[in-house]
Amino acid sequence: MKFKFKGGVHPEDQKSMAASRPVAIMPVPKTVVLPLQMHIGAPCEATVQKGDIVKKGQVIGKPVSFVASPIHASVSGKVVAIDTFRHPVFGHGQAVKIESDDLDEWVPEIPLSTPRDYKTLSKEDIIEIVKENGIVGLGGATFPTHIKLAPPEDKKVEAIILNGAECEPFLCSDHKVMLESADKMKEGLEIMMKVVGVNKAYVGIEDNKPDAIEVMNKTFSGTNVEIVPLRVRYPQGAEKMLIQAITGREVPPGKLPLDVGVVVQNVVTAVAISDAVKYNIPLIERISTVSGGAVKNPQCVQLRVGALFGDVFDFVGGFSEEPQKIVMGGPMMGFAQAALDVPVIKGVSGILALNSKEVKVEKEKPCIRCGRCVDACPVGLIPSMLSILGERRVVETAKTDYNVFDCMECGSCVYVCPSKRNIVQYIKYLKAENNALTSKK
Amino acid sequence: MEMDNRLLTVTPAPHVRDNDSVQKIMWTVIAALLPAAAFSVYYFGTPALINLLIGPITAVIFEFIVQKIRKVDITVTDGSACLTGLLLAMSVSPEVPWFMMVFGSFIAIVVAKHAFGGLGGNLYNPAHVGRAAMMLSWPVAMTTWTKMTTAADVITTSTPLKILKEATKDTPAQAYNVLYDTFGSQGEMYKAMFLGFRNGSIGETCTVLLLLGGAFLIAKKIVTWEIPATMIATVALLTFIFGPAGLFTGDPVFHVMAGGLIIGAFFMATDMVTVPITRKGQIIFGVGAGVLVVLIRLKGGYPEGVCYSILLMNTVTPLIDMFVKPKRFGAGGAK
Repeated sequence: MKFKFKGGVHPEDQKSMAASRPVAIMPVPKTVVLPLQMHIGAPCEATVQKGDIVKKGQVIGKPVSFVASPIHASVSGKVVAIDTFRHPVFGHGQAVKIESDDLDEWVPEIPLSTPRDYKTLSKEDIIEIVKENGIVGLGGATFPTHIKLAPPEDKKVEAIILNGAECEPFLCSDHKVMLESADKMKEGLEIMMKVVGVNKAYVGIEDNKPDAIEVMNKTFSGTNVEIVPLRVRYPQGAEKMLIQAITGREVPPGKLPLDVGVVVQNVVTAVAISDAVKYNIPLIERISTVSGGAVKNPQCVQLRVGALFGDVFDFVGGFSEEPQKIVMGGPMMGFAQAALDVPVIKGVSGILALNSKEVKVEKEKPCIRCGRCVDACPVGLIPSMLSILGERRVVETAKTDYNVFDCMECGSCVYVCPSKRNIVQYIKYLKAENNALTSKK
Repeated sequence: MEMDNRLLTVTPAPHVRDNDSVQKIMWTVIAALLPAAAFSVYYFGTPALINLLIGPITAVIFEFIVQKIRKVDITVTDGSACLTGLLLAMSVSPEVPWFMMVFGSFIAIVVAKHAFGGLGGNLYNPAHVGRAAMMLSWPVAMTTWTKMTTAADVITTSTPLKILKEATKDTPAQAYNVLYDTFGSQGEMYKAMFLGFRNGSIGETCTVLLLLGGAFLIAKKIVTWEIPATMIATVALLTFIFGPAGLFTGDPVFHVMAGGLIIGAFFMATDMVTVPITRKGQIIFGVGAGVLVVLIRLKGGYPEGVCYSILLMNTVTPLIDMFVKPKRFGAGGAK
C-alpha cells in the first residue's frame, strides 16, 4: 500500500455470497431491450425499424453527438418495437426491443477469423475500433472509452491506472474477470498504453482479493506494470481516491485525472478493448454480480446486454424471499428499481435483490452535528451542513461556501449518519438548483 | 418472467447504513454516567438520589409537553432529554432543593433546547444553561456546599476549590498547604479526590468512575478525544504555571481532579450539537474552554468555572465552524 485516502467507511463486505460460486453463463434470453442511451452523453438514434431482422453484433443505434457510443444487437432476431421502455438509471427511455430467433448468429465477419495484432495498427485505427465497438467505461460510469483514450494534446499523461478495487459491497464480478481473463486484461492494457502513449501503468486491487493480486503479479511480472494492493475501504475504487492512493496526487476540484497526468480505466474495460481490437467483438455481453439477501443462489452471471432483470433473477434460481429493493449497481451508489422488467445496460456491474432486513427505511431526524459524516467524507466536505442547507433550501451558500460540487455522491456520509439523514439526496438537490440558477443567468 | 405487481421500495442511494442511531448514542452516554451517579447516591445519600431522579424525569415530562404543544413527533425515547436532566442533576450540589431542580430542568429543556428548535437546533449546552439559570436565580443556594452528614461520611469541609480560593485570598503563599491540611496530606487529598470522598456537586466527585465512563465513550467512538484531552491539558498546564505562590507553583493534578472539570470535559463539552464539527475546531474549543476555566478559577469571583467556560465557548462555536473547515480534497492544485 502506498498512500491512503482520508475518510471512507467500512461496510460489511458481503462478497463471499456470490464469489463462492463460479461464473454462470446465462443462455440467450428470449427478449432483450436495448436502451439507446447506455453511456454518458446524448442518446443514440436507432438505425433499425420495427420488423427488421437483425444479427448479433449489428449496429442498431448510432451516436448523434460527440460524446456517445454506438449500440449493437446482443442477440439475433427481429426488432419488435422501438418505444419507451424502463431504463435502470433514467427511469424510462427510448429503446429497441428484439425478440431472439434462438439462432444467436453473428453479423458476418464478427468475430474476425484472424485476430488483429494491435502492434500493426495505428493509434487512430485503434481508437476508431474501440469507438465502433461501443466500448464504454465498465466500472459503471459508462464514459465512452474512445474519448478517454484520446486525451487532448496539451495534457501530458504519465501513466494508466487500471481500477480493480471493486470496493462496493456484494460485487465481485471484476474480481472474477481478473482471475479468469488476466491475459486479455494484459493485452487490453498494452493496447491502451500504446494509444495513450505511456510506458508506465498500475493496477490497483483492494487487498481483500489476494488471489487476484497474485494472478496479476504473475501476469505482469517483468513488465512496466506495477500491481498495487490497496487498503480495503469504501470508496477506494472512486477514481480520485484510487489516484491518490497509488500516486499520492489529488485531482483538484472540478478537474480530471488528466490534470494530474493519469488515465483511469476499469479492469473489465481493458478486457473489452482486447476483444474489440483483436476480434472486432462489440460490447454486447458482460459479467455482472447477482446478489443480495433475497437471492436464492447469489453468483456472477455472464449475460447479454439488454437482458431483463427479472429474467436474470429467474436464471439464478429466483428469490429466496420477497425482495424489498432491487438495485442496479452496488448498495452504496446504485439505483433502486421500480420493477423487474428493466434491462441490463452496458454499465450494470451489480444486480441486487435486498430483503427487508437489509433495507431499513427510517424517518430522518434532525442533524445532531455528531461529525461522523465529516470524518467519513473522502473529499473534505461538511455533509452535515450541506444536509441542513438542503433542508432549508439555502442554495447558493452550498456552492460558494461549502463546495457542494466537490461531492462525488459516494454515500459514505449517509452510511454513518445516526440521524438517518438523506444527505446525498439533499446534495443532489442543491447541485440541481445551483445548475438551474447558473443556466438562468 | 411474469410482469408482477410486487411493491418495491425505491429510495435514493445508499441502500445500506450502519447500525448507529441517535438513541444508541444518548443511552450509551447515560450508561457511562451511571457509575458516578450511583456512587453519589452511596456517598451523599437521599438528597442526591432525589435530584438525580427529578432531573431526568422532569426533563422528559417537559419535553413531552412542549412537543405536544408544538405538534411535532414525541421523541422522548431518544434519550436526549433524559441525558440533559441527568447531567443537570449531576452538576448541582446535593443540597439544592427539589423546586430549583425543576426550574433548572424547565429552562434546560423548554428554553435552551426547544425554543431553539429542539434536538440539534440549540446553540448552548442545555444542561449548563439550566444550571446557569439556577445560579442567577439562587446564587447562594447554588454555591453552598456545607458540612453534611451522609450515610457514608461526615463531610466537615467545603469543596476543595472553595477552600483553595479562600486560602489564596488570605495567604497565597500557603494556600496549597492549607488545602492539603484539610485532607491530612497532599497524598491523602489526591486519594480522596480520585475516589470521590470529598464535597462537591452530585456527579463530579468520583474521578475514577468518571474517567472510566469517559474512556468507555471514547472507545465506543461516541465522543471524540480532542475536546477532553485539550481542555484538561490546558487546565493542567495553566494552573501549574500560574500558582498562588508565584510562577510554576501550581498543582495541576489537583486542578484536573477538582470541581466539574472531568465531568465537564468528557460529558458536557463533548455535547456534539454545541461544539465545532471538525476535529481541528474541537481542539480550539478545548483549549479555549480550558483557558476560561483557569481564568475563572484563579481570577474570577466563582470557585469553579467549568459551566461558564463551556457556555462561552458554545457562543463562539458557529464562528469556529465558519473558519475552520476540513481540508478540501485537491485544494493544492494539480501537481
